Amino acid sequence: MGDTWKRFRGDKLAIVGLVVIFIFAMAAIFAPVIAPYNPTEQFFDGLTDEGSPLPPGWRFWFGTDTNGRDQFSRLLFGAQTSLLIGIVANGIAVTIGTALGLVAGYMRGWTGASIMRLTDLMMAFPPLLLAIALAAILKPGLNIVILVIALVNWVQIARVIYTETVSLSEREYIEAARALGAGNGRILLRHLLPHLIPTVIVYATLGIATTVLLEAMLSFLGRGVQPPTPAWGMMIFESQSYFLNAPWLVFIPGAAILILALAFNLVGDGLRDALDPTRRGRG
Amino acid sequence: MKKLLISAVAALALLAAAPLAMADAPKQGGQATVTFNNDLTTLDPQVGYDWQNWSVIKSIFDGLMDYKPGTTELVPDLAESYTVSDDGLTYTFKLRDGVKFHNGRTMTSANVKYSFERAVNPATQSPGGGYFGMIAGYDDVVGGKATTLSGIETPDDKTVIFKLTRPDATFLHLMAINFGYVVPKEEVEKAGADWGKKPVGTGAFKFVEWVPGQSIKLERNKDYFRAGVPYLDGVTFEFGQDPTVAVLRLKKGEIDIVGDGIPPAQFAELMADPANKPLIAEGDQLHTGYVTMNVTQPPFDNVKVRQAVNMAINKDRIVRLINNRGVPASQALPPAMPGYNPDNKGYGYDPEGAKKLLAEAGVGEINTELYVMNVDPNPRIAQAIQQDLAAVGIKAEIRSLAQAEVIAAGGAGKAPMIWSGGMAWIADFPDPANFYYGILGCAGAVEGGWNWSRYCNKALDERATKADAMVKDNQKDARITEWKAIFDDVLKDAPWAPIFNEKRFTYHSERLGGDATLFTDPIHIPVNYDYIYARDAQ
Amino acid sequence: MLHYLARRLAASLLILLGVSIVTFGLTFMIPADPVAMIAGRNSTPQMRDNIRIQLGLDKPIPEQYARYLGRLVTGNLGMSYARKSEVGPLVVSRLPPTLLLMLGAIIAELLIGIPAGIYAATRRGRFADKAAMTLSFVSVSTPQFVLGLTLLYLFAYLWNWFPLGGYGKLSNLILPALTLGLAGGGWYSRMMRSSMIEVLRNDYIRTARAKGMSEWRVTMKHGFRNAILPIVAMIGLDVGIFMSGVVVVENVFGWPGIGQLMWQAIQSLDIPVIMGVTIVAACFIVLGNLIADLVSPLIDPRIRLR
Repeated sequence: MGDTWKRFRGDKLAIVGLVVIFIFAMAAIFAPVIAPYNPTEQFFDGLTDEGSPLPPGWRFWFGTDTNGRDQFSRLLFGAQTSLLIGIVANGIAVTIGTALGLVAGYMRGWTGASIMRLTDLMMAFPPLLLAIALAAILKPGLNIVILVIALVNWVQIARVIYTETVSLSEREYIEAARALGAGNGRILLRHLLPHLIPTVIVYATLGIATTVLLEAMLSFLGRGVQPPTPAWGMMIFESQSYFLNAPWLVFIPGAAILILALAFNLVGDGLRDALDPTRRGRG
Repeated sequence: MKKLLISAVAALALLAAAPLAMADAPKQGGQATVTFNNDLTTLDPQVGYDWQNWSVIKSIFDGLMDYKPGTTELVPDLAESYTVSDDGLTYTFKLRDGVKFHNGRTMTSANVKYSFERAVNPATQSPGGGYFGMIAGYDDVVGGKATTLSGIETPDDKTVIFKLTRPDATFLHLMAINFGYVVPKEEVEKAGADWGKKPVGTGAFKFVEWVPGQSIKLERNKDYFRAGVPYLDGVTFEFGQDPTVAVLRLKKGEIDIVGDGIPPAQFAELMADPANKPLIAEGDQLHTGYVTMNVTQPPFDNVKVRQAVNMAINKDRIVRLINNRGVPASQALPPAMPGYNPDNKGYGYDPEGAKKLLAEAGVGEINTELYVMNVDPNPRIAQAIQQDLAAVGIKAEIRSLAQAEVIAAGGAGKAPMIWSGGMAWIADFPDPANFYYGILGCAGAVEGGWNWSRYCNKALDERATKADAMVKDNQKDARITEWKAIFDDVLKDAPWAPIFNEKRFTYHSERLGGDATLFTDPIHIPVNYDYIYARDAQ
Repeated sequence: MLHYLARRLAASLLILLGVSIVTFGLTFMIPADPVAMIAGRNSTPQMRDNIRIQLGLDKPIPEQYARYLGRLVTGNLGMSYARKSEVGPLVVSRLPPTLLLMLGAIIAELLIGIPAGIYAATRRGRFADKAAMTLSFVSVSTPQFVLGLTLLYLFAYLWNWFPLGGYGKLSNLILPALTLGLAGGGWYSRMMRSSMIEVLRNDYIRTARAKGMSEWRVTMKHGFRNAILPIVAMIGLDVGIFMSGVVVVENVFGWPGIGQLMWQAIQSLDIPVIMGVTIVAACFIVLGNLIADLVSPLIDPRIRLR
């Protein structure tokens, strides 16, 4: 573990990513303290007489949105939404994916085959379309967005874990454990899972980036969290038609999504290198 | 039998008096390009049911009646004249001579009969077939017992007689609605499922081609029965054009009309430039944006709560949110609609009064849902309403969904509140009756209906039916007065909170000429293509 | 090989059958009432019942599915609710723009990914390498709608280099293709880099160098040819990723393909169109995966057919 940390610390980009995530997390946690205004309050003077949003200025630092709300406060509270969805949705996806991949890889036979055919099926759907369809069936809202993203995103990790489990199961110590009469549950949890932890950690981190992007895309298509909850993708969706006249309404939340996703990608990549020194040669 | 006769000659005289008819008519020639964001869905006149389809359908097809360009005044169109029997149950139309379909065949009375039967026939799945329920034999066709309407007779090629089962003052309007436009049977049958993509009509423009998702081209119908019209040689509709981009292209001179209207982001800027003054036509439209409240469920079964909602919403702020492109609405009917009551100021903005009413109602804390279509600016308007309601203690969660889902929730009676924007907004024809039966009357307050408030007041329904039985010319005023009273009573019950009446602003290129009313035609939305002309062809 | 191909084809067909079941099931769970949409505001309950019967929506769901499948095998995707025209020809008429866009995106990602990967590999460990690899992460972390709007704002609006959306000319294709392909370009540059580094370590490269071949020729002649093969095998898999992307990109740029059709169909819950596009998209994805699976062993003898 010490080696891992040392290797990770040596990766400057990963450290930058970690710092960025920390800053965003702080912004999200302390949003109620930092934010100058209530993110959902629509100010009467937050719009010009013609109904246009205000550009960045001394009163509203990042300007106002098309409802006359403070864009800076919405951005801070939007970090809550993005991080919450990113971590929880991806956490569920990783749990489902790991469990199914592990079971499929260990059990093989009929169970394994049906799980893997299910992943084949899932792979044949464009994930965004699947997410849109699921979001349409269930009542839209924060919980549902989390659920939808989890249901769409577990496939990749399930396949990776499956492959690793298959190769692990063939090793001698697993055979030995079985010969000693260890139950399936025990083998799965005590002998297989610990070896998969590095992979799970890497995918859990990289997956957050994917999740943040998928949530933004869903919100951008009007299928994500419901207004007036601030979410970055929805902030862009709501002001898309203003992108030529009030570009800050689109590009500031856009940059926020990019930076957060980038940070998780950098950390994930750093972790991959740090946890799996054998791959060091390639990267 | 007293005859009410308006001849085509008289109609032409009216036309000549209109401001748009200039001393010497514009010369023919030139092209116009119109952009839309979304592709049209169909050009089948018996099926198309939204303003975007209509604008093209109305240039390709004609009905027995039409409206004077730029106005809501009825005039005969394919009919040369008509007579109405004293009891209002028989309408006899004399057809115009020499009207030809675009395939060269002469239009006859049989085509008229066929077209109405096609609209009513369940196999067509026409969303407007229900409008012809007063024609004798309707029930048999809808019930599958007959395929022809016994109430339409064609004694000769030039005469069509409609027999009605009840007098209906809106009948002539219905003769002008697209669902009764005349189509040639042989072309409909030849095209089969593709008919909606290969329309053949009698209208001012002839269909040339439709490249799905990209464009539709029309060219001037040289055999059009009105000599000298249309002025333009052709109109091209381009799809997939974001209105924001379309405005920029119009400035560069690449296109002529932004079909979707001016996007909010550019509106203030365009209006501020005096050079744009002659290029932006402003007009009223028959539109009311409203919030429905489901009167069958608590808390909106309590009239005080509904009135409180009406008083809680700051309509001025919402009008500002849409760049002042509308006026706060006081009642269900829009100001341009006959029957609008200028003396009825409705519920003013009064949050304190609203709180008092809620306290009187004694309903305690209110948690409800506001459904809205997820296309800008509707979610923004819903959020403004949400904030106003929260200020008086009504917590409304927003459900921002696709149009079809909101309509489904409304039809199933599951939505406590719905913001109507983007759905059910513009009148199909300029008569107060059109704002009543489907969306405020008992007929619509059923499973799958469009009366999302489920407001059903039998006494008002009876009065409405009686009003619409006043078909004689000298009863017109009395009828409108009665409708005014009906809508005043609706407002007292407050099944809706009317929010604003939208105005229409059409941005067009300098190349195009024509009276401003043509560019904001209340019937041909967005533009009456038949009468605008190209300056460079002059 | 033939046996393997037959087995893979059979598996692909099974997947498509599964897709049809899932799509059908999902669309039926969407709380929408197509009948109310079609019938309009002035309809009577009787009219609505008539329409329900005509659409076959009064039948039990398994029967509806059986009918749907029966039509599907004959290539009939049914009738669009909103457009009253056949779904098959409708989807087919929208396919060429989408395929063109995907082709453009593939070219874009190869043009970005391969040179960047080679460059980084030859500058391994140096600043240029690190910068290129960081940029590759930026490209995969950029939401497509933000990228599309940014490109439109800069290149079309501010600098006027390209048209603001639209379809028809080559100049219309460049920005959307770039938007769709940039993320893939980022991935490919990473793959190309590692594959290149691996190849350049091989003995025959050393031999070539020892023979006095110029570094450029070594890189291009031996390195490039061997390093690019794994990437070629990946292109088939891009189809699946692009099928999501086109919904967003086609919306931002007004591109008249199946992504735009899909979005309009979702707005009006035109279920036959939604199902049609999903099934056609799935066919392309399955085909892409199949090609990727078949090509990989041809390219890399170490991968054996299962």
